[in-house]
Amino acid sequence: MVTAVSFTLNGTAVAAVAEPAETLLSVLRHRLGDTSPKAGCLQGTCGACTVLLDGEPVLSCLLLADAAEGRRVETVRGLADGPTLHPLQEAFMDRFAAQCGFCTPGMIMAAKALLDRNPNPTREEVIEAISGNVCRCTGYLPIIEAILEAARRLAARR
Amino acid sequence: MAKHRGRGVASVNYPIGMNLGGDPSQALVHATPTGKFVVTLSSIDLGQGMKSVTRQLAAETLGVPIEDVHVDTGDSDTGPHCMGSFASRGTHRAGNAVVAAAREAKEVLLEVAAEELEVDPRDLELDGRGNVRVKGAPARALSVRDVAQAAHFKRGKSISGRGMFLVPPSDVDPDTGAMRPVTTYAHACMIVDVEVDDETGEVRVLSIKAAYEIGRALNIGLVEQQLVGGAWMGISHALFETVEPYYPDRAHGPTDFNGYLMPGPGDMCPVEIEIIERPALDGPYGAKGIGEMCATPPIPAIANAIEDAIGVRITEMPFTPEKILRALDAKRAGR
Ligand code: FES
Ligand code: FES
Repeated sequence: MVTAVSFTLNGTAVAAVAEPAETLLSVLRHRLGDTSPKAGCLQGTCGACTVLLDGEPVLSCLLLADAAEGRRVETVRGLADGPTLHPLQEAFMDRFAAQCGFCTPGMIMAAKALLDRNPNPTREEVIEAISGNVCRCTGYLPIIEAILEAARRLAARR
Repeated sequence: MAKHRGRGVASVNYPIGMNLGGDPSQALVHATPTGKFVVTLSSIDLGQGMKSVTRQLAAETLGVPIEDVHVDTGDSDTGPHCMGSFASRGTHRAGNAVVAAAREAKEVLLEVAAEELEVDPRDLELDGRGNVRVKGAPARALSVRDVAQAAHFKRGKSISGRGMFLVPPSDVDPDTGAMRPVTTYAHACMIVDVEVDDETGEVRVLSIKAAYEIGRALNIGLVEQQLVGGAWMGISHALFETVEPYYPDRAHGPTDFNGYLMPGPGDMCPVEIEIIERPALDGPYGAKGIGEMCATPPIPAIANAIEDAIGVRITEMPFTPEKILRALDAKRAGR
């Protein structure tokens, strides 16, 4: 039997029906049309599906949709402010931190969770924060640089 | 029990493209009624930047702003033929086709503009900002948009071009076995420093320094991106990745990312790259290709560095702790 689930998605109240045992990733992608979290391994080992739940990074392919009930979900789709990109998105572009782009939404959300709680991370802390996210293309260095760059840009704004 | 440092070097001559039965690629370029250009090709962008480079090549050849070029790689079934995005051939093969197509389209563009301006097309040039003007008399100009409008609605002309690049089949000389499978090679030399733990058998790559000669670097950001990503892939091939660790025994093969290990962000060493530009005679604006070659030199360089560090030669990839420890045991036993 389907159940109803409601939460805020990037600041907007949303509601959807979910099958029993349906994951948050599936609800986001298939029922709410937010395809920005990617379906990679669907078993919790690649990080492509990373979204923020009340500000914490979670693997939405492992999380049952029910777990989001009444909570705050953020995906990379909600990051830009209209046409203005988030400093993380800008830094990823400027540092050539995406090639195929499949890991990018998860990387950026993992990075956002880090910068939200630790605006001035060390290189090691950046590495730690993205260590659950697999990238097949970039060799990680440009991603690490982009996150450090975004932290500097965010600091310059404050 | 100790950690040993070693240094290894590797060089690579890399053939751009391939040639079994000929290596062709085609491209089509056409102007829309608003004076924007569309390049249609089947060379797929899988993150390596085929679209960016195509836009650059078409804009440069046509003489229009890069914003005015759109690339459609939507469908290899219905698009112009391309052998594919592999063999480091995209920039060189498809790029040459894009340049040829853009040249032909530019000829029509200038013909129509010449009719409109009542001048000889040879006296016209593009200003790179979206206008066609008379050489030496820039006040006599028309926007590319107006030329496209005139072509579409007044002159009945299609501002379009066909581009084809073919490296013809190369036959093997029956006497000598010689053949010329490719027309250009890229080159690189890499120095890798490693640290090998003789107790755990673990190899850590400490630094990668490389010089790459790749013809003209059409887009330096994309080139560096490929080379850094390739360095990681090379480390991964050398030290981590295998689907059949005990081949031909299929046992213990990985089935997911938990078992199929690759270096993570914390395993990456600093990568220093020097790019040497030595334009290829037959490349689009001198470009060669860097697709596959960037993942190859780390493998022999790491093998050489391991040998330098602990005096054993590992000849099978990946160079896992198990293989290192077995080789050290054999060395100690005098085998
Ligand atoms: S899809 Fe969720 S971790 Fe891979
Ligand atoms: S950019 Fe392709 S997986 Fe990270």
